[in-house]
Amino acid sequence: MSGFWAARLERLGERAAWVYTGLVFVFLFLPIVIVVIYSFNAGRNVNQLTGFSTQWYAAAFSDRFVMRALGNSLTIAATTAVLATVMGTASALAMDRLRPRLRRLFEVLTYVAIIVPGIVIGIATLIFLVTAFDWLNPWLAYLGGPNTPELGLGTGSIIAAHTLFTLAIVNVLVRTRMRGMDRTFIEASEDLYATPWRTFWQITLPQLVPAIVAGALLAFTFSFDDFIIAFFTSGQDQTVPIYLFASIRRGVSPQVNAIATVLLSVTILAMVTAGFVYRRGQRRAAPSVASAGDSAVAGVPVAAGAGAAEPTS
Amino acid sequence: MTQQSGTVARADAKRRGGAGLLVLPAALWYVGFLIAPLIVLFVMSLGERSPNGGYAPGLTLEQYANLTSRITPLTNTLGLALLNTVICVIVAFPVAYTLALKVRGGWKLALVALVVVPFWTSFLIRTYAWMTVLGNQGIPRLLSGVGLGEIQLLNTPFAVSLGIVYNYLPLMVLPIYVSLERLDHSFVEASRDLGAGPIATLRQIVLPLAAPGILSGIVLVFIPVMGEYLIPILLGGGKTYFLGNALADLFLQSRNWPFGSALAAVFVAGMIVLVALYLWVSSRLVRSGREASLL
Repeated sequence: MSGFWAARLERLGERAAWVYTGLVFVFLFLPIVIVVIYSFNAGRNVNQLTGFSTQWYAAAFSDRFVMRALGNSLTIAATTAVLATVMGTASALAMDRLRPRLRRLFEVLTYVAIIVPGIVIGIATLIFLVTAFDWLNPWLAYLGGPNTPELGLGTGSIIAAHTLFTLAIVNVLVRTRMRGMDRTFIEASEDLYATPWRTFWQITLPQLVPAIVAGALLAFTFSFDDFIIAFFTSGQDQTVPIYLFASIRRGVSPQVNAIATVLLSVTILAMVTAGFVYRRGQRRAAPSVASAGDSAVAGVPVAAGAGAAEPTS
Repeated sequence: MTQQSGTVARADAKRRGGAGLLVLPAALWYVGFLIAPLIVLFVMSLGERSPNGGYAPGLTLEQYANLTSRITPLTNTLGLALLNTVICVIVAFPVAYTLALKVRGGWKLALVALVVVPFWTSFLIRTYAWMTVLGNQGIPRLLSGVGLGEIQLLNTPFAVSLGIVYNYLPLMVLPIYVSLERLDHSFVEASRDLGAGPIATLRQIVLPLAAPGILSGIVLVFIPVMGEYLIPILLGGGKTYFLGNALADLFLQSRNWPFGSALAAVFVAGMIVLVALYLWVSSRLVRSGREASLL
């Protein structure tokens, strides 16, 4: 009797767990979907659906300030992605050959760069650069004459701060991939008297490409989405998130929804590509290990998550 | 013999030199944009405020002493961040449990990926989305439509908690999921076979095994929530005050840099203590046979 009730209760509990999980998924996606829907709204009222229209996209794309912010954001994200990928990959490749103590130090700094909250990076970069510029500018003026442009905050300082933590993320991704790599090909290549350089180009690098591409895309997205670091280090230059924040505070206009949707699309496209490339590479590298996909998927989001804790405020 | 080892050593040194060259740009970047800024932050926190804002050199602990006079907002922030982190654990645990132990096959990875997708999208947009949902034309209008009267949701502490849970949920679900995923389902079955009820099984088997994941989640969520800036501004109407808001005011509005630096330095120090504590506790958990995964 009690067994019967216990079984029913357990089934009920199980069903409740499913319903609850379903509700959490709705909770996670509904607000984003609403923003996208309202971006195609015809009416001026932000909260009343009155028909389909793309006028807010047209308005956004013909707005000089939006376009300048978009241009800045793309430049910053692309430069950050290139710098972070090159430095992150190079350091990941060579780290193992460093003296153990130096390697340990580098590892610690990498984790610190990932873990320090974005707001601290933003503030520290702000006061460091302002202090440095205050000291440098008189010297530059002295050396270059009165018409020398002054150093100041702007896209350059945002790139510097973004590159710091994205290079750390690329480094971790590539190193994780190197650890999972099949060494037999490298050994075979060395046994066959290939030069180290050739082994690198023909064996090592192709196996690392998925991690490098995923890292580059992650770096691009984190930089493109970041608000808080740019908020402190941007000076007079605007990025899309900073522009969005300012217009939200001025009062919500339907144009905001359109810009937000464009931003969302770019991000999701980049992220899905990153996940896809990384997983494909993982499968090709370890075809015999069926569960490799598991750790790959868990690996990317967790690494991404740890990093993404960063650009948030 | 000696000559040979000398050659080896030289080759080794050359290899190391090459390695150093490859690591150098990244290392310089760390020095220039992580270590140096943090040092400047610390030096500035020992200085004085210049009359027209900004920084005047000095060597005083005055700023830190001032912190104690403003201890109430600090402890409030601490309490709020803690409370919201706990809410996150409570909301996330059943999701992670269902995903790890109830879902089977290919669905599992798809659903885990779905938890992460919102996290990939812009933090600002996710928070802004809730302004529409909670604003007077959103849920409150629906509620008053059913005759529940006027309810204010936006610009309340509730909205702030909601925004935090919404934004940080993936960071909590993932580590708990990973630790439960490793849980051997036969433990649960054995516990049930031996006559333990569902609650006893949860308490004695599932929760202890999930502990490392919960711990990672708490660290991953608590630190950024402390430094939260956007959510209190957009969803709390500036009424709830987190450390991030205090820092933004001090650096961008009142331009009291030395005091702001002291506050930021305390934040960083607290963070280091927390992470060290986490590593210590999780290494003890590992020794007792459980694994932790922060990164």
